[in-house]
Amino acid sequence: MSAKAAILDGIRRAHGRGPLAQPPQPLPAAAIPARARDSGPAAVARFCAMAEEASAQLVRLASLAELPGAVKAEIARQKLDPAVALAPDPALIELDWTGLAVRRGPARPDDMVGVVQAFAGVAETGSLVLLSGPRSPTSLNFLPDLHIVALEAKKIVGGFEEAFAKIEREAGGMPRTVNLITGPSRTGDIEQTILMGAHGPRRLVVALIGDA
Amino acid sequence: MRSQPGSLKTNAKAALADPVLKAAMAKLKTGFRSKRAIAVDRLPEFDALRDRGQAMKNHVLANLDFYLEQFAARVEEQGGGVHWCRTAGEARQAVLDICRGQGAKMVTKGKSMISEEIGLNDWLIKHGIETVETDLGEYIIQLRHEAPSHIIAPAIHVNRHQVADAFRAAHTDLDAARPLDEPRQLLDEARAMLRQKFLAADVGITGANFLVAENGATAIVTNEGNGDLTQILPKAHIVLASLEKIVPTMADAATVMRLLARSATGQEATSYVTFSAGPRRPDDKDGPKAFHVVLLDNGRSAMLGGPFQDMLRCIRCAACINHCPVYGAVGGHAYGSVYCGPMGSVLSPALGGLAEWAEMPNASTLCGRCEIVCPMRIPLPRMLRHWRTREFERHLTPLPVRAGLAAWGFLATRPTLYHLAMRLAMPVLAWFAKGRGRLADLPLAGGWTASRDLPAPEGETFQAAWARRKRR
Ligand code: SF4
Repeated sequence: MSAKAAILDGIRRAHGRGPLAQPPQPLPAAAIPARARDSGPAAVARFCAMAEEASAQLVRLASLAELPGAVKAEIARQKLDPAVALAPDPALIELDWTGLAVRRGPARPDDMVGVVQAFAGVAETGSLVLLSGPRSPTSLNFLPDLHIVALEAKKIVGGFEEAFAKIEREAGGMPRTVNLITGPSRTGDIEQTILMGAHGPRRLVVALIGDA
Repeated sequence: MRSQPGSLKTNAKAALADPVLKAAMAKLKTGFRSKRAIAVDRLPEFDALRDRGQAMKNHVLANLDFYLEQFAARVEEQGGGVHWCRTAGEARQAVLDICRGQGAKMVTKGKSMISEEIGLNDWLIKHGIETVETDLGEYIIQLRHEAPSHIIAPAIHVNRHQVADAFRAAHTDLDAARPLDEPRQLLDEARAMLRQKFLAADVGITGANFLVAENGATAIVTNEGNGDLTQILPKAHIVLASLEKIVPTMADAATVMRLLARSATGQEATSYVTFSAGPRRPDDKDGPKAFHVVLLDNGRSAMLGGPFQDMLRCIRCAACINHCPVYGAVGGHAYGSVYCGPMGSVLSPALGGLAEWAEMPNASTLCGRCEIVCPMRIPLPRMLRHWRTREFERHLTPLPVRAGLAAWGFLATRPTLYHLAMRLAMPVLAWFAKGRGRLADLPLAGGWTASRDLPAPEGETFQAAWARRKRR
């Protein structure tokens, strides 16, 4: 008997039955907590509050066209070299990046700044939803020290369930990787003291575009 | 699964005398415990979520064969491999075979308790594969050649000076005079060292917090981002997970996410929740080219349908550990198993056999705090008692204890004899105490009197005193 057959057989024997004749009746849908059911401006407001609580930095912009300016300002503030690794996303590429050395594609080890666009935001926790794909390589979310994520306010949903349904609906199902990102990387592994910037980005900037 | 040789009793004695451990355990209260309490209070639906989590997991366990097959089929449809392993040995071999197939010289690892359970690191290293833990806590204990002492904070027993010593001993290329007094300096050094490893690794191994049956996604819940660098950069990603990690749908994963973050670290959400399904897609620009899930049973299927099935609902949040007074006194290593505290004391005998782990269920006061905080409503005290009964029935209890209990049982079930014995014993004990009201040592009660006095009877039994007052 293969290991697979043996394990499945063991489970069935433990339950005193054979293979199920038909799929089990799924459980009724779970109640979603009130705070995960916001929409519109309330969802945007909660997203902002929760993201800041998780130590993300928030910048509000009227339109995506203002993103390069905001990126430049942040780079100047952090005294970094004016260079960015940009997600190969047509909506980002077509912006005016004059004054910055821009390289498109996945992250390289020495990239200090990564700029990407989020698929959605989750109000209940202030989380960003990023999907892997040709337009947003996952390495950009983890290798650079400074992670700048553009998020259209109208893409903010109330809770996780809505975000997952949106992936099914608008992205045609699961990509290879779905990243839910809430604040910068951190650790509490030395004497239970929280420190930012463990292995991933030391800083996370959310550029929130427009209104709900 | 063993974290430390020796008996729990001797290990606990040594642990109680360790000042570094004592300081770390004192921090549990202000850290994990109070953060959890605040986070739970902020979510009015927390108890409803616990009910849901419990019902969902019971449903999964009742239909585990179905959901496992569904999960495996989805992984395979997306080009991933699924390796079913009955034992720790089969799982180690499956991982080694995948690594060899990739020609791997070095693997990086995200935090995985399954890896600790099956002793994966030593096995890979023995077979010539450099194996590097990348979670900061796991990295520290790997350098110190130790097992984790906590399921989510593996290096909780170590202080910053010990971390500095470990780094100086391991990172010999760096300037010996560099300052390493501050946690920040330690973190930055680890970050720089491990960056090189992430970039050089051939295979990345992570655990899984859940496996989603409906779409074949595996998920990790982390704060550091090391699990992500571990899985994106190398050419192959291996997910090491045990059977019971299944949830039916992404919505069910959302329920567990809400329970887990709050119960574990008191966060609303951990920094990273990452779902990965299969290898990179044809037009992806990064991500692993190969994806394998190693599914481990190792005694879990045998727990189904029995008194310990409920333990398989565990989401490894460590709330029971953080709130356990015994863990808070002796730390994790004393238990001897990589699964420590209340959850470990129930799980270790189930997976490794009661003969090997008979002491663990006794390392509890049965105060019940673990069950109160468990997000999955696992009746830990009831199961601990169940193990104790079995231990007694199987004659695994030491002979003097058995003889003592048998004598007590004989006496306690014969009231006349009992009253007589007590009437004789009380004045004797009172005489032993020599009027001080307490006994500093007493034959057959050395375990009690070694660390505290025994209050002495005043010379009369309760029954006698009661009868006397009634007469008045
Ligand atoms: S037994 Fe409950 S409290 Fe303990 S780790 Fe598991 S889920 Fe958490």
